[in-house]
Amino acid sequence: MSAATVFQALRKLTPGPRWGVIGIPYLWMLVFFAIPFLIVLKISFARLAIAMPPYTPILEVDGAEVALKLNLSNFLQLGALQNGYIAAYWSSLKIAAIATFLTLLIGYPMAYVIARLPVASRNVAMMLVVLPSWTSFLIRVYAWIGILKSSGPVGRLLEKLGVIDALQALGWIDGRQILYTPMAAYIGIVYCYLPFMVLPLYTNLVKHDTRLLEAAYDLGARPWRAFLRITLPLSRAGIVAGCMLVMIPAVGEFVIPELMGGPDTLMIGRVLWNEFFANRDWPLASAVAIAMLLLLMVPIVIFNRVQQRQIEGRLT
Amino acid sequence: MSVGRARWPSWLVLGLGFGFLYLPVLLLVVWSFNSSRLATVWAGFSVKWYGELLRDRQMMDAAWVSLRIAFWTANASVVLGTLAALVMTRMRRFHGKTLFGGLITAPLVMPDVIIGLSMLLMFVSLGDMLHFQPKGMLSIWIAHTTFSLAFVSVVVSSRMAELDKSLEEAAMDLGANRIKVFFLITLPIIAPALVSGWLLAFTLSLDDVVIASFVSGPGSTTLPMKVFSSVRLGLSPKINALATLMIVAVSLCAFLGWWLMSRNERRRRADMQLALHDQA
Repeated sequence: MSAATVFQALRKLTPGPRWGVIGIPYLWMLVFFAIPFLIVLKISFARLAIAMPPYTPILEVDGAEVALKLNLSNFLQLGALQNGYIAAYWSSLKIAAIATFLTLLIGYPMAYVIARLPVASRNVAMMLVVLPSWTSFLIRVYAWIGILKSSGPVGRLLEKLGVIDALQALGWIDGRQILYTPMAAYIGIVYCYLPFMVLPLYTNLVKHDTRLLEAAYDLGARPWRAFLRITLPLSRAGIVAGCMLVMIPAVGEFVIPELMGGPDTLMIGRVLWNEFFANRDWPLASAVAIAMLLLLMVPIVIFNRVQQRQIEGRLT
Repeated sequence: MSVGRARWPSWLVLGLGFGFLYLPVLLLVVWSFNSSRLATVWAGFSVKWYGELLRDRQMMDAAWVSLRIAFWTANASVVLGTLAALVMTRMRRFHGKTLFGGLITAPLVMPDVIIGLSMLLMFVSLGDMLHFQPKGMLSIWIAHTTFSLAFVSVVVSSRMAELDKSLEEAAMDLGANRIKVFFLITLPIIAPALVSGWLLAFTLSLDDVVIASFVSGPGSTTLPMKVFSSVRLGLSPKINALATLMIVAVSLCAFLGWWLMSRNERRRRADMQLALHDQA
């Protein structure tokens, strides 16, 4: 074999510049995003141990004998009804779903009105929607804590209106304040995630052909009917994207229920956090994460589809 | 546009929406100048909480750590995110492109607690194998870059997809190679997207408390971690002052960005008009 053929064989094996471009981000995401999930999966089958790191290896090597030990007790613990994990999953789904619906209720009219503004004011309005999310998330949660506590403006307003006792009887508020109730968690989630709802809705609504609406009006449709028959069906992709963008992270939300929700607002993100930091049970925390991922798999896949189609759709 | 026949409901929707978005933030700013410890009792105008904030060494150290991490996160995620956007919009299909697309979009929606936990367990496993513990600023930087680059790649991809491909093709017809085309044609056109991607990654990193709490080690407390622990202990007027400073900084940046962008846009439009005029 001559040097030239060796060189040529090597050139075939070494990747070209195209593979450099693909390889760098690909490798990064594989090593720092994909493999970590496999490690979580592995540890969810391990057993808690008093060691550092606090879990047992699942592969036991004894001379030439290698034994794979999958410990299912973490998942059995999750599945047992009396342990309350199922209740936590259920309540995070419920809280996230209600909060997403409220966000849609507030976000849709905003996106609709902004999309119908003249071009120059449209951009300013969208900037104003996104601007608060550029200040710290924690700071915005903190602002609401001040507003919702008993001596805050909302509490005093409710007192003045004389509805505070009625709300208390309904169980909507805790003592004299909204803070530390599930309602506070809803307000926090809606407030912090509103831009994520408005953005995709706006990008969708702004592309609509207004001639369709004009045609509907010419044919005698009332505005409401035209909206229900034309605008709403056309904005379905935006609604799906916005709801997914709010709902999926809200299910695993930790900071808002922890700071605003009080002890009764059970969400699975908090359970994971407590299992990990307070109980230091890494295998169980991993199992909680795996189960949460399985729960979110369907919406995440839907979201990826929508996202991919948007990136690729604009190419053609 | 003749669609919005009734005007006042539109203004009502916008007014309520923006009131909801901005009133809490404005209240924070007002409270930060309250001399009383209690946020609800107005005891006169004062800037003493700003002084106390600036004298708080732990807070200032944490802010410095956060700013450094955010700076390096933004740099790295712009480079990696742009490469990822190139792969998604300019490369023909290859084996594993679907997986790559999934990996790039998943961090956009993945709950923070899951990302944080998986990152930490990866670092621990890595540390076990390589016999060192990368917990600290390095691990926070890696974790932040990983999820920020997803956001950057979305911003850059949408800009690249809008870009007129005939410009790139023309350059190639004139004999430029791909690398030259990228640096001389593509990059200048997508530069605004890179700037907004950089700023986005910077704020995302500056904002994160959950992932940083998982992967940080001793001596690498970020500002959000510090704020989180102090908010858990109760309200503190110092946080109002900190919030106000952040709001002022962000508003200034946003205004500057908006001003630069609208100036560029005006110049571009004038150039186009000039070009059309010359042609005629």
